[in-house]
Amino acid sequence: MKIPISYNIRNLIARRTTTIMTALGIALTVAVLLSVFALVEGLRSSLVSTGDPLNLLVTRKGSTAELNSSMTPEQFQVIKVKPGIAKLPNGEPMASLELVTVIVLESPDNPSGINITMRGLNLTGAAMRESVKVSEGRLFQPGKREIVVGKGVAKRYPTARIGSKIDLGRGQWEVVGILDGGRSASNSEIFCDLAQLAADQNRETGLSSVLLRATDEVAKQALINDLTSDRRLNVDAVSERAYYESQTGAAAPIQFLGIFVAVIMSIGSSFAAMNTMYAAVARRAPEIGTLRVLGFSKPGILASFMIESLLLSLLGGIIGCLLVLPLNNFTTGIGSFTTFSEITFDFRITPEIMLSGIIFALVMGLIGGLFPAFSAARKQILTALKQN
Amino acid sequence: MSDVVIQANNLTKEYVRDEFRVMALDDANLQVHQGEFIALMGPSGSGKSTLLHLMAAMDRPTSGSISVFGQNLQTLSDAEIARWRNTHIGFVFQSFNLIPVLTAMENVELPLKLTKLNKTQRREQAKRALELVGLGDRLGHTPRQLSGGQEQRVAIARAIVTDPDVILADEPTGNLDAASARDVLTLLGRLNKEFNKTLIMVTHDPGAAKTASKIRYLEKGKLLPEGQKPAEY
Ligand SMILES: Nc1ncnc2c1ncn2[C@@H]1O[C@H](COP(=O)(O)OP(=O)(O)OP(=O)(O)O)[C@@H](O)[C@H]1O
Ligand SMILES: [Mg+2]
Repeated sequence: MKIPISYNIRNLIARRTTTIMTALGIALTVAVLLSVFALVEGLRSSLVSTGDPLNLLVTRKGSTAELNSSMTPEQFQVIKVKPGIAKLPNGEPMASLELVTVIVLESPDNPSGINITMRGLNLTGAAMRESVKVSEGRLFQPGKREIVVGKGVAKRYPTARIGSKIDLGRGQWEVVGILDGGRSASNSEIFCDLAQLAADQNRETGLSSVLLRATDEVAKQALINDLTSDRRLNVDAVSERAYYESQTGAAAPIQFLGIFVAVIMSIGSSFAAMNTMYAAVARRAPEIGTLRVLGFSKPGILASFMIESLLLSLLGGIIGCLLVLPLNNFTTGIGSFTTFSEITFDFRITPEIMLSGIIFALVMGLIGGLFPAFSAARKQILTALKQN
Repeated sequence: MSDVVIQANNLTKEYVRDEFRVMALDDANLQVHQGEFIALMGPSGSGKSTLLHLMAAMDRPTSGSISVFGQNLQTLSDAEIARWRNTHIGFVFQSFNLIPVLTAMENVELPLKLTKLNKTQRREQAKRALELVGLGDRLGHTPRQLSGGQEQRVAIARAIVTDPDVILADEPTGNLDAASARDVLTLLGRLNKEFNKTLIMVTHDPGAAKTASKIRYLEKGKLLPEGQKPAEY
């Protein structure tokens, strides 16, 4: 660049109050947008990292979720002997019949309670979730009213700590362990023994779903075809990952609202940047005239003021990123319309998200700087020199 | 004549504001030769600055022509004029017009940004210009930390740093105390004599005008013939 950038930086420093005020406006706008992105990204990554890529979820045909699906033990007997299902070391097929219900847990910030998914399963089901580990305590024992809670649930609900008892209809369930599901959706769930839960809920013959592990990708596709076309079974089979990914839509309303607010704010911030830059152009009119007399061209002047506006917005973008950084790994929950229960997850601020925030800020700087920079470049030398 | 630097023929500048027409410069004819030091004098509003601005192509004449080194300025595009100004013209303002956020060194270095010189060469050349105006020890000072006389000397260093052929100065001592004015005039005189620069200086001060080799007078937009001056002078 012909006119040195240090000239722009020094001018930004010289009028630091306006610089900071304008940058803060941009920063807040960026922060709003990035919070939404971090939320959506957190939810998405928690959902897509759920389960092995070879896992299949089998539900009753036409049901949109495990919760409104139903599965009989007889159906399970047919399903588990289908070809293409992987085996556990003990020779058992990797097929897990599960019962999913929703319970209500209270928390200080939600005294009326929040729906949480409770999943009854056998040890095969637990073994099939390799990424889910018992981080504290132990796994539930078959035939007992014991539960292990996802770490996301444990973090947000003081009633779900090891040793405490939770009243659920027919009896008290004791929390015996905490599950660490990495970033997966299992963190938002409570696991317990299938038979015990089925008995408590009178659903011994009406369970929810079957989780299968295929031997390989080809077998997975074959299994999906086999299961969905089996008239006797009348079931749907989808990849577990695809199932969870489809729930990312739970964040759509927040995403929409957040982006809407950010866009409105960005219009304001662009105008603020424009205002600041117009003031700078007006105040520095004699300087602009002088630069022209020294031999700097109109495009050179235009570029210099554009750069100044972009630097200003870059500062705003960086502050915006710093503002949202503390949100990283902050645990929150969101209600899902698919499961009618809450998915707990962490805000995730990735480098891509920060980059998008910086770009968003630069766009505001670009829009805000355009007209002032053009007006600076268009000034007549003599008129400019005479101003002030 | 090969040593003609500036040639103005029937140069006219008319300002039209509302219904009023002002003949800022009326049919001026002027030849400036290489190495001349001309002082332009005349009452306020007589068109001195207008003539200087036309010579620097800071404005375009209403009619007539002006050429510098045989180059007709009207035929140049905006971009060409910018380049031309950078290499051929050094301009000194009454109000110094230094960039407040830049140091003396950076102010002087600024016009060199448009040349092919690298950073080290630019620094060296700017430093030499500042030493020439006697401010070799003020490189890191910002304009605010300098006296008016020092500011004007920095501005002169900035005007000469690209080694232009012509230096145009519009009342360079107009904002200075007597001692600083004397320094600046001595400096301009040296540039003319030692470095053979062609100088055109607008001034109201008859004492200052004596530094020049020739004085030309303007009155009501008319450039008076050589040797002629307005009644009040
Ligand atoms: N932009 C303009 N619009 C209208 N009239 C102008 C403009 N610039 C200069 N003039 C007029 O042109 C005439 C000559 O102005 P100029 O600035 O050349 O005078 P000057 O001799 O430099 O005066 P001074 O000694 O006060 O600086 C004046 O009458 C002035 O009012
Ligand atoms: Mg004048």
